[in-house]
Amino acid sequence: MNKTINQKAWFFVVPVFVLVAFNAAIPLMTVVNYSFQETFGNNVFAWEGTRWFKQILLSERFHDALGRQIAFTFIILLIQIPLGIGIALTMPKKGWGVPVCLILMSMPLLIPWNVVGAMWNIFALPDIGFLGYSLNAIGFDFNFTQQPGDAWFTTILMDVWHWTSLVVLLSYAGLNSIQPAYYQAAEIDGASRWATFRYIELPKMKKVLTLAILLRFMDSFMIYTEPFVLTGGGPGNATAFLSIDLVKMALGQFDLGPAAAMSLIYFFIVLLVCWVFYSLMMKNEVRS
Amino acid sequence: MAKITLNNLSHSYVPDYTDADLVLRDINIDWKDGGAYALLGPSGCGKTTLLNIISGLIKPSKGDILFDDKNVTSLNPVERDIAQIFQFPVIYDTMTVYDNLAFPLKNRNLSDTEIDSKVREIAEMLELTSTLNNRASGLTADGKQKISLGRGLVRSDVNVIMFDEPLTVIDPHLKWILRSKLKELHQKINRTMIYVTHDQTEALTFADQVVVMHEGQIVQTGTPVELFEKPKHTFVGHFIGSPGMNILPCQIKNGQINFAGQEIQSNSNIKKNNFKKTQLGIRPEFINFSDKGIPVKIKRVSNTGRHKIIDTECSGGTIKVLSNASTEIPSGSAHINFDQKYTYVYGDNWIIE
Repeated sequence: MNKTINQKAWFFVVPVFVLVAFNAAIPLMTVVNYSFQETFGNNVFAWEGTRWFKQILLSERFHDALGRQIAFTFIILLIQIPLGIGIALTMPKKGWGVPVCLILMSMPLLIPWNVVGAMWNIFALPDIGFLGYSLNAIGFDFNFTQQPGDAWFTTILMDVWHWTSLVVLLSYAGLNSIQPAYYQAAEIDGASRWATFRYIELPKMKKVLTLAILLRFMDSFMIYTEPFVLTGGGPGNATAFLSIDLVKMALGQFDLGPAAAMSLIYFFIVLLVCWVFYSLMMKNEVRS
Repeated sequence: MAKITLNNLSHSYVPDYTDADLVLRDINIDWKDGGAYALLGPSGCGKTTLLNIISGLIKPSKGDILFDDKNVTSLNPVERDIAQIFQFPVIYDTMTVYDNLAFPLKNRNLSDTEIDSKVREIAEMLELTSTLNNRASGLTADGKQKISLGRGLVRSDVNVIMFDEPLTVIDPHLKWILRSKLKELHQKINRTMIYVTHDQTEALTFADQVVVMHEGQIVQTGTPVELFEKPKHTFVGHFIGSPGMNILPCQIKNGQINFAGQEIQSNSNIKKNNFKKTQLGIRPEFINFSDKGIPVKIKRVSNTGRHKIIDTECSGGTIKVLSNASTEIPSGSAHINFDQKYTYVYGDNWIIE
């Protein structure tokens, strides 16, 4: 068969190339450029090689921020995934309760992130906020603006409130796609409630849960707006997660070189974790 | 093992039901211990609902279910001790074939040695031994359905094993193998089996007694031969057989049957005629061409290889005739005769005997 050669077709993909270039490739390359150079303004650059990478990788400040970030992500995943599955299991399968639950569950997801931060900031204030005031009234010494533990508690509570719904909605969709025959067979096989969950519901939810964990990992690992509004990274550096620390370095101190190096390291960590996790989860799928 | 009795069973899926909401009405069944039965009917006739009521997955709106004269209406499937195999293979994806088969036994707290011997026995029977340690999710559709079958058969104590169109997803050539395997199993373990299907071949080859259902009612219960030779309802005549029975409008006057201007002899003994509608039923197999009789026009002849199906036209309606492939078929006009022994009259769709 003879193919007609028509190079004009390339014009149709030009808009996409331009778009991707300007919103992804060029900014990323700029960051790469910064990460190997030192600049003193006025577009004067000096080559620094891998100095910024070494500096970031060896700096205690980065280690601390990364440690806080891992701890935060780990804690919220540990809470949100089981909690989300649990709520999805108890949600009604039919009747008027379905739309009510779905709307209630979607609400937190629809609120802008800075509003969530502001809401929780006011909600948790020890003197006027409902949560902060109530906790103090029943005898807890709660002040998230001054005590690191309380700041963590509030940040985690806020994230759980904001994002558990996503896990619920995904799990609920996964549960609803299970054929009734599976439950009937389990009933006839004499399976306990736990066995039904372990051998039917959980395996059938595997794909949506993989997605839920990936999404929650990425979002929480890159979290910025809500803790920025809630605690501003404080008290001290107690809740300064990677993004907050990065912005401080880049825009607060204007250390563009190290900040660029940190951005790239940050980016590769997210990419690596997602890839490893996804490959592990899907290993058996491919084989079968 | 148990005999099964259903008393005046009716069911509706809506709580406050009227007569029109009933999906099953007045079902009465007596099934002997150890028999092989089939529930046959088109989609939506209520056969799966009836099966789920017997297994205990659905509570009937009205009526009782008895296993060996013990009322089990309020018991759940585990308490009823039954096994059921579904239309689509249900397997536990994360388990091996072995664990799948062992699952119903483990849930009943049997000892490991007992479980092992039973699983191996059933795997042997279903030819699954070589795949016992494979993950069940990697098998083909018929392999998975064999596991479903195996999970139903692995318990030796069940009262009844129920099959809900279990061969739907199986390739045609494997259907034959699995079906004869089931028949063989029934003879070997001699347990009551109920088989739901819309496929007459499956029902007739599997069961000793076939229950034909139509719009939530049982229209006939009988052996395959009875259903074929003497359908009690026009639906049975039409549904069973390929092609189905010819159902022809007829008039009855003074106990005489008149069809297309001819007097017809039948096997029905007509004493009175108070029906809104009377019809003549004759299977294509029992119609012959002859020199005189009912005049027809030959419309179409289809040769299936083994026999010929002839569509004939008679007073505006179609009569199908089945002949041997070797029979010479007249063209244009012809005359046909009905075999009196297999000709019945139906009043308002029910047979007049």
